[in-house]
Amino acid sequence: MSIQAKLELEFDTIQKNLNGKAGLEYNKIRTNAFENFKKLGIPTTKNEEWKYSSLKGLDKYEYAIGSKGTVSDGQLNQLPFANLEAIQLVFVNGIFTKELSSATLNDKIKVLTFQEAETVIPELLNEYYGKSLDLEKEGLSALNVALSKEGVVIHVPDNQILETPVVIRHINDVTAENIKNSVHHLTVVGRNSEVKMAEIFQNIGEESGFTNIVTEIFVEKDAKVDYYKIQDENDESFHVGTTQVTQKDKSYFYAATFTLNGGFVRNNLNLVLDGEYIESHMFGLYIPNEKQHIDNHTLVDHQKPNCESNELYKGILDGKSKGVFNGKIFVRQDAQKTNAYQNCRNVILSDSASMNTKPQLEIWADDVKCSHGTTTGKLDDDAIFYMQSRGIPKAEAIKLQLVAFAEDVFSELKWEALKEELDVLITKKLQ
Amino acid sequence: MLNISDLQARVESKEILRGINLEVKPGEVHAIMGPNGSGKSTLASVLAGRDTFEVTGGTVDFNGKDLLELAPEERAAEGIFLAFQYPIEIPGVTTINFLKTAINQIRKYKGEDPLDAAQFLKLMKEKAKTVKIDDQLLRRSLNEGFSGGEKKRNEIFQMAMLEPTLAILDETDSGLDIDALRIVADGVNQLRSPERSFIVVTHYQRLLDYIVPDYVHVLYNGRIVKSGTKELALELEEKGYDWIKAEADAVSA
Repeated sequence: MSIQAKLELEFDTIQKNLNGKAGLEYNKIRTNAFENFKKLGIPTTKNEEWKYSSLKGLDKYEYAIGSKGTVSDGQLNQLPFANLEAIQLVFVNGIFTKELSSATLNDKIKVLTFQEAETVIPELLNEYYGKSLDLEKEGLSALNVALSKEGVVIHVPDNQILETPVVIRHINDVTAENIKNSVHHLTVVGRNSEVKMAEIFQNIGEESGFTNIVTEIFVEKDAKVDYYKIQDENDESFHVGTTQVTQKDKSYFYAATFTLNGGFVRNNLNLVLDGEYIESHMFGLYIPNEKQHIDNHTLVDHQKPNCESNELYKGILDGKSKGVFNGKIFVRQDAQKTNAYQNCRNVILSDSASMNTKPQLEIWADDVKCSHGTTTGKLDDDAIFYMQSRGIPKAEAIKLQLVAFAEDVFSELKWEALKEELDVLITKKLQ
Repeated sequence: MLNISDLQARVESKEILRGINLEVKPGEVHAIMGPNGSGKSTLASVLAGRDTFEVTGGTVDFNGKDLLELAPEERAAEGIFLAFQYPIEIPGVTTINFLKTAINQIRKYKGEDPLDAAQFLKLMKEKAKTVKIDDQLLRRSLNEGFSGGEKKRNEIFQMAMLEPTLAILDETDSGLDIDALRIVADGVNQLRSPERSFIVVTHYQRLLDYIVPDYVHVLYNGRIVKSGTKELALELEEKGYDWIKAEADAVSA
């Protein structure tokens, strides 16, 4: 059976099991989304947005759907980030696994599974679910909306602070078979409210996992969201993820994306600044080696005046790895007094690694401050010799320099426990 | 301590050192002078182990070890220190962190336990006082945005911390005004001892007013063409290098 035929079957099965909820708005959009996907298909390199990132490798694998995996508590606790103090919600093979998770929260503030949200706050799903996405253009986002029936729904009403961060852990158990999943998270943070959340992607086993994930985040007026995405999967894995953020007046959004390991990774981070006096930060660090492929596409859409966005992505590439960075900044005609900064810097450690960078600034307003820069270079031999001449062995000197290179990506990271775990993983990968 | 015999080195196909012979005994200060392009800085770099230069002949014995067989970091651990003509800026690594790593790597090489944070800070405070360097400077990224004088003073501070047995100063005087020069020279003089030797590479005599050498050698075309005592430096200051070049060219013609 072709991939397409299999997906149609999967879609039909989901539709049949909607049980009287088919008429609800958040389910109605699925049919349309699937029609879009059928038109768009899985993107190929003929698509300008996918020019340097080919998903052809997917053809090699047969993916199982809905296989629950067998991750034990013990296995889970062996993985990094297990000890983060947080509301930890665990998805094994894209399916929420209650036994491994903290209790959900159904208070003023809600941190629910998608199924719980269907019962408790269906009106929120109707209002927001899938609403911020461009389903006409992004085939895989459309596919996600059509197929997703798992995820976390966070709703923080006005004037509330969620003191405990939410950590969503996606663990693919690929010991025995190849796994594919479509998870969809929704976070709505009301006026003057705050949330800190992380999405972590890990796996157990050597086979392939294919994650197609969408996270929608709505940041209302004066709200504040810190968002972390950490990827540490095996070399056979495929990950396509879209984080779609909508910000209103005077809101603050901070995103940090750390891609430590993965076979094929495509991260779309899209920020729509639909308000005035908004502040947005995007940090990224990716350290591929071997034949890994890591692609970060970011978009900041400045729609209204007096907003500031700031972006810094850094890459350390070794082996035969490939990196892609595409950074779009749109400054609409109304968006006067915009400040937008973008910087992407890369260090290439081997002759066979490569990096494609493409800053893309489109500015229709005239009173703006925008800057962008990309650099890709090798390590500084003079600096390494300087360190060696003081007694530091070459390997150690290189590591010290790389850690220093990555350091300013951490400058705004104010979650110490998370940073410590990251430090360990990054240092290990750079050995 | 150091015995250089017929040392030859080149960069790509260009021969730069064409047979250097030099012996340095414990506690001695040797000045290496010479016109631009004579090979002074190359000699300093080759001794420290810079791999952009290819050693094509000769031997270097350092306290009984074949120096040329050692990696740069091993040379440092054995007691060689090079004060750079152009110290490198390393953003994101503080001088403190850098030196702590260096000292503990050297201790590891020697089979000693690492210094803990308190021991290290105590040592650092003591040495910073000796070479009169501001604590605040050491908390910043290594050499980043430092003035020329601050960079050179940081080199001397690093030397004080690492306590080498042979310190090679590569044109430490270049780009320094007279006050900065005096501070740097004071630092060096504080570190002089019967066990510690110095090779002072310089184009000008003025540094040698402050760091008084036991011997002065003139390098020209990759060879030491004249050796003497500190009076030779004064003679060079007065008469320039042309007479040395003429003498040397006459011999090789």
